[in-house]
Amino acid sequence: MSLIVKQEGVYQAAFRLLQQRTAGNNAAWFARLRESAMDRFEQLGFPSIKEEEWKYTNVAPISKVNFEPVVGSDKSEATLTADEVTRLGYVEAQASQLVFRNGVLHSDLGSLTGLPTGVVAIDLAKAIADEKYGELIREHLARSADYNANAFTALNTALSSSGAFVLIPKGISLESPLHFHFISDPVEPSAAAFPRVLIIGEENSRATIIESHASISEATYFTNAVVEIVLKDGARLEHYKIQRESADAFHIATTSADLGSNSRYNATTINFGAQLSRHDIAVKMANEGAECWVDGLYVVGGAQHTDTHSVIDHQQPHCTSHQLYKGILDGKSRAVFNGKIFVRHGAQKTDAMQTNKNLLLSNEARVDTKPQLEILADDVKCAHGAAVGQIGEDELFYLETRGIHHNLAKNLLTYGFAEEVIAKIKVDSIKAQLDEAVLNRINARLEA
Amino acid sequence: MLEIRNLHASVDGNPILKGIDLTINKGEIHAIMGPNGSGKSTLAKVLAGHPSYEVTKGQVLYEGKNLLEMAPDERAREGIFMAFQYPIEVPGVSNAQFLRLAYNEKRKHLGEEELDPLEFKDLLKERAKVVEMDASFMTRSVNEGFSGGEKKRNEILQMAVLEPRLAILDETDSGLDIDALRIVAGGVNLLHNSENAVVLVTHYQRLLNYIVPDYVHVLAGGRIAREGGKELALELEEKGYDWITSSVAASGIGASRVT
Repeated sequence: MSLIVKQEGVYQAAFRLLQQRTAGNNAAWFARLRESAMDRFEQLGFPSIKEEEWKYTNVAPISKVNFEPVVGSDKSEATLTADEVTRLGYVEAQASQLVFRNGVLHSDLGSLTGLPTGVVAIDLAKAIADEKYGELIREHLARSADYNANAFTALNTALSSSGAFVLIPKGISLESPLHFHFISDPVEPSAAAFPRVLIIGEENSRATIIESHASISEATYFTNAVVEIVLKDGARLEHYKIQRESADAFHIATTSADLGSNSRYNATTINFGAQLSRHDIAVKMANEGAECWVDGLYVVGGAQHTDTHSVIDHQQPHCTSHQLYKGILDGKSRAVFNGKIFVRHGAQKTDAMQTNKNLLLSNEARVDTKPQLEILADDVKCAHGAAVGQIGEDELFYLETRGIHHNLAKNLLTYGFAEEVIAKIKVDSIKAQLDEAVLNRINARLEA
Repeated sequence: MLEIRNLHASVDGNPILKGIDLTINKGEIHAIMGPNGSGKSTLAKVLAGHPSYEVTKGQVLYEGKNLLEMAPDERAREGIFMAFQYPIEVPGVSNAQFLRLAYNEKRKHLGEEELDPLEFKDLLKERAKVVEMDASFMTRSVNEGFSGGEKKRNEILQMAVLEPRLAILDETDSGLDIDALRIVAGGVNLLHNSENAVVLVTHYQRLLNYIVPDYVHVLAGGRIAREGGKELALELEEKGYDWITSSVAASGIGASRVT
């Protein structure tokens, strides 16, 4: 108990420091938002496994580490170089990337020359202070990602000192994907990073975003990221979230999207890294004709733990949601999938589909999967399903009868299992990276 | 090449093969026929090494070696090939990648140099002619979205690439229309030579119009009930399997439990 009290002390101290540093600089509404988020975090504390939403994911290890919250301090001796940024980046987004070191935006490490004029991609704190965007941000920030319901969202809202504000104006299409490139740098040991992103896609805008989380060391650190997305009528957004944190890292993330009429949001979330990762993704369809695809792939081994909680909320008629999450588990790893689909009163002609499939490569790996469907409308088409299995004997036998060794046969089939998600990815370098990562993970080689 | 002696095999404790004796020499084509449940597909799977089939008695010698001690992949690298009745789909792995992988596994086993993708591409182009498959099949995932006929042709393409010494075709004719049957059979005939042997497992005589066997063995109740030349298949076509099974039952060699 004393440990937890001490930890909350660390975050409170960081909060006070941040308040002092930003005193007078910030809009009053933003200072109040932070304060009430900090109050909420203090009330909630870190979640415990007694709470239904955290039943299978124990975050006590996070509260036990003496993390150093990074609240905007800028250390000049950073080890992160432009070469590292390139190495961890995606060629399609070389001229359209925002680079964050330990959650803090470093404009000098990125480039935005590839963005069309009119597109805004700036530091969130600066945008709040800018009278052109202040009111717009006030209208949308912390609206869809509710800090009252989630202690980590509260902590992010209170402590986020940097991040990004992106505005894609009406009718504008981004040719290149915009990359939110989060890199952990051991220059700040045991860093706790709180990046915050708000993306507004105006009417009929089109964009692809990549949100990647990686590290240049194998250090223990803590990422607590919140990304809020607002799509206006007819807007389209493809969102790739690639989590490749270090093996000792903790990754807690929230993605929250509000969809306008006839807008379309496609999210693909890939989880490879971190000793413990949790992703809460919520899509609210509060306007008619919205459509979303919420796909994911988690590949874990050793003692890794990964948890996905998704909420697809059909509030209005004629909305469509498709969800495919696949998981590959080896060693003693553990995965949690909790997918809720709500179909509210009057949300007629809803079409909702959800599938979660898991492949266990070891007898010690474990999956807790729980698809939930709550339907309060009567004219809807909804289906959901979950499966946990191992590689089939007949499949293995087929490959073996072609002279392929048992282990390689197993690996090829595992790779094939992941492909259903990877094949849908439209950014080539992400696809290539994931193909390679899956093959490396399973020690297979494949060329032709 | 292959000597099967008093082979008994079970699945989940149920005996299926109850004493098979069969000798296959290089250059020969053998047809294994029989009604459903007679054990003909089981025989094919036992020879290929399916882990669900337990050999309870008997011996199988392949090129003088104990076949039953070899793992399925080892058998394949030693030159045994089985074309599946229901080929498996392997998403994400292209036909070309898969074939090159299998081909190189065999080369390595034989102590030969592996082929790089370009060298292999030429070889594949040549072999694909055997089953009239065009290049588009090579970049598609193995069997994924293939029609029934395409899957069977793909099996014979694999055979063409791997050049087995003993090819076992399990119901390769099932579900094929007449054009696909002609292509598949033509491929097998092209690949057959005096150094290899082919075993055709089939329910129907139709395939044997295209691939003419030297010997026909009819299974009933897990045993070989009758053997003969290609004319035996024609006789079966005319009289049906009841003729064999009832005569076996009458002769008292224990096929009375055939269903």
